Amino acid sequence: MTTPLPLLSVSSLMMQFGGILALNDVSFGVAPNSITALIGPNGAGKTTVFNCITGFYRATNGVITLYGREKDTNIGQIIGEKLSVVDFIQPKILLRKLYYKMFGGSHLAARSGVARTFQNIRLFKDMTSLENLLVAQHTQVNRNLLSGLFKTPSFNRAEQLALENAYHWLSVCGLADDANRLAGELPYGHQRRLEIARAMCTKPTLICLDEPAAGLNPNETEALSVLIHTLKNDYHVTVLLIEHDMGLVMSISDHVVVLDHGEVIAMGSPDSVKNDPAVISAYLGIEEEAANS
Amino acid sequence: MEKIHKPLDFILAFKGAFVASIIALLLFGPIMGLVLSGYDYQAELQRPLIAAVVVFVGRFLFSLLFQFAQHEPRLQWMLPRKTASVWVEGEQVESKQSVRLFSAMTAITVLTLTGQFWLSVAGGVVLYLLLSRLGKRKHQVMVALVVILGLLMPFFATKFWLTVLIAALIYVLLGLGLNIVVGFAGLLDLGFVAFYAVGAYGYGLGHEYLGLSFWAALPLGALMAACFGAILGFPVLRMHGDYLAIVTLGFGEIIRLVLNNWTEFTHGPNGVSAIPPPTLFGLEFSRIPKQGGTPFHEFFGISYDSSFRYIFIYLILFIIVSLMIAVVTRLRNMPIGRAWEALREDEIACRSLGINHVTVKLSAFSMGAMVGGLAGVFFAAYQGFINPSSFTFFESALILAIVVLGGLGSTVGVIIAAFILTILPETLRYLATELPKAIDSMSDYLPSFLHNTLSTLSDGLGDIGSYRVLIFGVCMVLMMIWRPRGLLPIQRRAYHLDKPGDAK
Ligand SMILES: Nc1ncnc2c1ncn2[C@@H]1O[C@H](COP(=O)(O)OP(=O)(O)O)[C@@H](O)[C@H]1O
Ligand SMILES: [Mg+2]
Repeated sequence: MTTPLPLLSVSSLMMQFGGILALNDVSFGVAPNSITALIGPNGAGKTTVFNCITGFYRATNGVITLYGREKDTNIGQIIGEKLSVVDFIQPKILLRKLYYKMFGGSHLAARSGVARTFQNIRLFKDMTSLENLLVAQHTQVNRNLLSGLFKTPSFNRAEQLALENAYHWLSVCGLADDANRLAGELPYGHQRRLEIARAMCTKPTLICLDEPAAGLNPNETEALSVLIHTLKNDYHVTVLLIEHDMGLVMSISDHVVVLDHGEVIAMGSPDSVKNDPAVISAYLGIEEEAANS
Repeated sequence: MEKIHKPLDFILAFKGAFVASIIALLLFGPIMGLVLSGYDYQAELQRPLIAAVVVFVGRFLFSLLFQFAQHEPRLQWMLPRKTASVWVEGEQVESKQSVRLFSAMTAITVLTLTGQFWLSVAGGVVLYLLLSRLGKRKHQVMVALVVILGLLMPFFATKFWLTVLIAALIYVLLGLGLNIVVGFAGLLDLGFVAFYAVGAYGYGLGHEYLGLSFWAALPLGALMAACFGAILGFPVLRMHGDYLAIVTLGFGEIIRLVLNNWTEFTHGPNGVSAIPPPTLFGLEFSRIPKQGGTPFHEFFGISYDSSFRYIFIYLILFIIVSLMIAVVTRLRNMPIGRAWEALREDEIACRSLGINHVTVKLSAFSMGAMVGGLAGVFFAAYQGFINPSSFTFFESALILAIVVLGGLGSTVGVIIAAFILTILPETLRYLATELPKAIDSMSDYLPSFLHNTLSTLSDGLGDIGSYRVLIFGVCMVLMMIWRPRGLLPIQRRAYHLDKPGDAK
């Protein structure tokens, strides 16, 4: 299934929290323009993988590489690595590490083309939906202080473009009527979709969705699967998603990675994973329930 | 809201009142019960007892009142409002009756400072009528009115009120600056006075050592404060909440201690004196020229008046404050302002969108510091003398009180709060000197016991200035209970596409 050059490669990822080994030797690849699902029981370490990919956690070990449109990015490197003794005889590496220690961080992961949503929604609640999407375009608009104060033509053009883009994503996600409502006042399902719209406004190559269907009713889940297909087919983004709704996972994903207790226990097409004995035993009843529905 | 006719819970009210009165007893016991006289003391235990009884009755009644208000729609406004009162532009176009009344009352109060009572009432009535007639353009008309009024004010106000207004405007400036840091970006800064001090000393020492004039010090002082903000900010802005507050508190104290102890450079507690007021294209506002220019009154051939100087400072300050308000309002609709507010809402989400939280915080920090520095330059120019005792932690707390009272992030709220907290004590002090005179003049018409009571009361007002801090404290406590999100609701801008066809 894996193409010669994946979009994202995670190799031997290890994450330790004090005594807890949350991830142990996790390796997988995400093919460009595909939908990859990351599944596993609660506490398996799925969100931890996401946090490592998006640069929020510094992995204890392992390499995460994003093969981007222009250049390849080593996520561990841009969030600031630990210094080691050998670095002091390699000034070039030392300088690079110091630079990323000062100015690096998870925002660079986002700028290199990884967008994400959160398991427990993180919207800017006291701002309108539209402002949420404008904030997401922060790196693309005209941020010059003076041109903003004097409303120069170039500033207005950039703002207008950002506004059009925001309205575009609102209508793609079916939120056009909520444009000027406070994000915190939207119904739950709309908040989930707004978070996806906000992530898409950063113009990502890879979007990581953390349990996007959690708390949605069957109709909303159906709409979500259509939306995810649209993202892949019309906007050519690669989707990496964590999901517990097996019906959704099996119907939309091209590739499934199963995680249990911080280790990859199975990987492959939805059908092959579905019948994998290791997966069935990890999931116990959950698998049969999904097959019935 | 289902249970409309829930009976009042007297037991609950009684319990609350009992606990409150015990606390009051413990608190007031030593404070009010022991009266010191020399090395000795007298125990007057009836005083804390009376206080505790007052607290008991008050708490009991309030508890009943709130219970009652919960089920009475017309009394809902009394209840604490915990949730954010944010609304989006366009949802409420018509101004409410209360807003109109409030504006009219404010106008009357402000105009009273000119000493012409009937003029001020007329002004208030005109404003009220205007507000109820004007539709969409209300906002612009209001702004224009306020600007015109503000520019004309110094020519009518007495010198006393002029100085009070200048102080108030300096606090507005400080409030606007801190509002950027605390209100917009959500960074709790307890040492804001440091930047105020940097601006003031920047002018004071810059004049002493380099001969800087006011007009050179204004941008330089602001720039210097901004640099200080950036230098302080870079290492500490990775911290959150409480840690940041403690570090900024420390920074404020460090600046004050340096100013106090580096005597060779700053003259320590003696401060910097003879700081010149601003000049108008080289024309000075003193009787005898001190900076080598021509005095203003000689140039225009009018007689000297010491209030010219204050009028001039007021006018510059008013223009700068207006500009600052315009800039802050504009910033909220710019990418940087949106990023500040987003950062306040959720830092992790910001980072996931590619926003560098450190630089965004840094920009808020130095922008706020810059405004604080501007205020400092004005303070030095207006006082003519500065020393470290003007830049204590109390000052930081006062500025923070302005921002919190005004409602974190609301510009209009901050302006109103700054005026209330600076003009109110002065008004009370003014009343304390004027009221006894008025009461004396009425002694012929009043029964003697009423006259006596009134004059005792007005004498009690005499040292109201000493209760300033107590009044702030009470205001803050009430606000935290009643309107924790500030006096005014925050309005958010609604964005619409000009060309609706592009939406789809
Ligand atoms: N910041 C953290 N500190 C300590 N332990 C953590 C942290 N984040 C996750 N963990 C631990 O890692 C394990 C995996 O969690 P998580 O990735 O959230 O699971 P899930 O697959 O349900 O998303 C859990 O045992 C959790 O306790
Ligand atoms: Mg999770």
